[in-house]
Amino acid sequence: MSADTDVEVLRREGRIVVVGASLAGLRAAETLREKGFTGSLTMIGDEPYEPYDRPPLSKQALLGRARPEDTTLPRRRDIDAEWSLGVAAESLDRDAKRVCLANGDTVPYDRLLITTGTRARPWIHPEEAALDGVFVLRTRDDSARLRRKLTGGVSRVLVIGAGFTGSEVASACRELGLEVTVAERGPAPLVGALGGVIGAVADRLQRRKGVDLRCGISVTALEGDYGGRLKRAHLSDGSAIDVDVAVVSLGAIRNTDWLAGSGLAAGPRGIACDAGCRVFDVNGIVTDDIYAAGDVARSPHPLFDYQFLSLEHWGNAVEQAEIAAHNMICAGPERRPHLWLPMFWSSQFGVNIKSVGVPPLGDQLVVAQGTLAEERFVAVYGYRGRVIAAASFDGAKWLGFYEQQIAAGALFPPDYRTVDLRTETLQPVDPAFPDPHLPTHGATVTLTGHSPSERRVQFVPSHG
Amino acid sequence: MTPGTLSAQITDYANRADPYPLYAELRKQPVRREDDGTYLVSTYYEVRNLANDPRLSNDTRNRPPRYARTADAEDQGLPPSFIFTDPPVHDRLRDTINRPFGPPHSPSFLDGLRGELAKVVTELLDAFDGKDQVDIVEDFAYPLPVTAICKVLGVPREDEPRFHGWADALASSLDPRPGGGDGQEKGQRARQEMGAYLSDLIETKRRHPGPGMLSALAPDMTPADLEATAVLLLVAGHETTVNAITNTTLTLLRHPDVLERFQKEPDLAVPLIEEVLRFEPPVQFVPWTTALADIDVAGTTIPKGSPVWLMLAAANRDPKRFVDPDRFDPDRKDNEHLGFYTGIHYCFGAPLARIELHLAVPELFRRVTFSRLLEDPPPYRANAVLRGPRHLPVAIEGLTV
Repeated sequence: MSADTDVEVLRREGRIVVVGASLAGLRAAETLREKGFTGSLTMIGDEPYEPYDRPPLSKQALLGRARPEDTTLPRRRDIDAEWSLGVAAESLDRDAKRVCLANGDTVPYDRLLITTGTRARPWIHPEEAALDGVFVLRTRDDSARLRRKLTGGVSRVLVIGAGFTGSEVASACRELGLEVTVAERGPAPLVGALGGVIGAVADRLQRRKGVDLRCGISVTALEGDYGGRLKRAHLSDGSAIDVDVAVVSLGAIRNTDWLAGSGLAAGPRGIACDAGCRVFDVNGIVTDDIYAAGDVARSPHPLFDYQFLSLEHWGNAVEQAEIAAHNMICAGPERRPHLWLPMFWSSQFGVNIKSVGVPPLGDQLVVAQGTLAEERFVAVYGYRGRVIAAASFDGAKWLGFYEQQIAAGALFPPDYRTVDLRTETLQPVDPAFPDPHLPTHGATVTLTGHSPSERRVQFVPSHG
Repeated sequence: MTPGTLSAQITDYANRADPYPLYAELRKQPVRREDDGTYLVSTYYEVRNLANDPRLSNDTRNRPPRYARTADAEDQGLPPSFIFTDPPVHDRLRDTINRPFGPPHSPSFLDGLRGELAKVVTELLDAFDGKDQVDIVEDFAYPLPVTAICKVLGVPREDEPRFHGWADALASSLDPRPGGGDGQEKGQRARQEMGAYLSDLIETKRRHPGPGMLSALAPDMTPADLEATAVLLLVAGHETTVNAITNTTLTLLRHPDVLERFQKEPDLAVPLIEEVLRFEPPVQFVPWTTALADIDVAGTTIPKGSPVWLMLAAANRDPKRFVDPDRFDPDRKDNEHLGFYTGIHYCFGAPLARIELHLAVPELFRRVTFSRLLEDPPPYRANAVLRGPRHLPVAIEGLTV
């Protein structure tokens, strides 16, 4: 049987299993059906809900402008799938080509798509994390619980970590009229994703909006009362603050634990796959029946030195899922590469923040439009004389232009006149990214090194 | 086709009824230099990219003096309205003006106008009773947007009729080469009269706030900025909406199969109206942008200082973007048209225009049984930019309640 007939048979009567029933999983399933896949499709998800949208969970849902149950993702089409919700995948048997579920069931596959995403990094001390009043925010249930707490009369909220999620939570708290303290280990909010220069703008913005922002500070302990309710947080500067809510926003952990022992190149940094979303095994050999997409995947990008990028971005999840689905049911020459230019947005303290490219790769920065002082600007990041990224505060509409500049490898710094250019010549400065080796809430783009087939890459077991 | 004459042909009134063959000709050369150094850009991706390019200015004061500048405010001693400004002035004005108009601050302002506007539609259609012939422009499309803008601004009802005349005269002054030689002069006169009226009204609103945007904005804007804004909203929000309603009617009457379907499937209104905005956009092109730097587009360098015309109506029919672009197809799935422009100058009034269209069009076709167009093509207005019929006489067979 030729590979082509194999593909035909697969499209007609193959069995495709999608582990991870969120944005990427749903969009992949829809794409499979759209492209004419008529075989069986199984969707496995550890949450009991149909796929839902996460961005509103830290914004409108916290403010009560949308109910968490209203975040169910709109369907592009009927996917005629077998759903297995509320049951996590527990392991992968590649020899038998089947997924084993927590309830003991096994699901055989001809093609497997892994879209298990990430989960919130829990507070480091489990007994403190269990205190009533300590929250993380990742799921619909997390959001609903936090909203109930925030509207039930609280005196002060502590947000641990001033990355995007933490900053959005702090913003929602202020909008709800709550006192909020933000403790950030780094020198400024958003510093991991956008660097210290832009971080300083976020810093000023948060303080002006009434946040008690403490940078260069970490939380050393959360203390409960005799009833197991959070009452106090101890900080690394020796001080303590009385709080009744703590929201732990220390970034995400990739859901790859269940793949331990599967022989796939899956670890804390995600699942390594090629540009066509095919997953590598630990030997750096590409599999042809297992694909990955969304937050859990990491793949090489030609615009960024073929470094592996791992992206926690909504748009990436959609596009990578579509590419993975397409490639799963195509013969070799028809496959397409995933070349998405990283892009994300946030909305906090009344400001729309957006970024394209990979800011943390930047070694220089200019403010190309607007000014930092007015908190309305487009900052452009350069890397070895080329435009590599751009970030805007209330300037999102310009980023399509800079996206093209990045894709074209345009010279940095820009030497042309634009609207809202405030200086005659642009003086590049150091964007002030913290040492990437220091732990932080993390960037939303992680550079995870080069190809797994290179010897210097080591995979760390997920639980040491 | 003789080089250097396309822009002249596009603005030539003889081609007003059907400029689309000229646009097709234009697209053969996506970036075309006219003899006077103006650049015409006509293909979808190039237009879209330039509209989002920070090297392109909407402030015609950036043009070398030998080129035409907009007939906007300048001569009246008023600041330019925000459509003819760049950031940061543009952003500051637009943000301020948006506050009483739309989300996040005023998410229900426009929705609150639906009831009154629906009543206007009903009254206009009631007046069709007993007639076997109506002019869609005069009898239906024209009165609604003036009422809408007056409500938005908070102009007293009794003053509304005066706005009709001013709006008409001002719209033609946006035309780069107005049909009538006295277009600019008429526009200026209307502008003066309306300016005097508005500055009185603004002063009144400042002292006695009432409903509408003028009252809401009076404390935050200089009288001159507010006056310029009010004029802009009237000009840009009026003629365009009249054209959109008329174009929709005309297009439907030219496509009886779609019309028949629409009467059975009222939900078709959404894709149908969007398809008209692609197919017959009320703003055909944007002739007031200027390159601030040398810009490479599709293999051509537009030199710094050049006037650039972004040909929205041509881009909306670019076969590289839209399948079978000259076909009116309300089932078109992928319809990211440029009918409301794109980028920071995206139509401010788009949500209001959509509300008006969705109140007017379905009700018109629900209640009126059309017989036929009495003139096809209908007579057009002189304006090439805000292109639309001056009259649309139709024969009707009946009216239901």
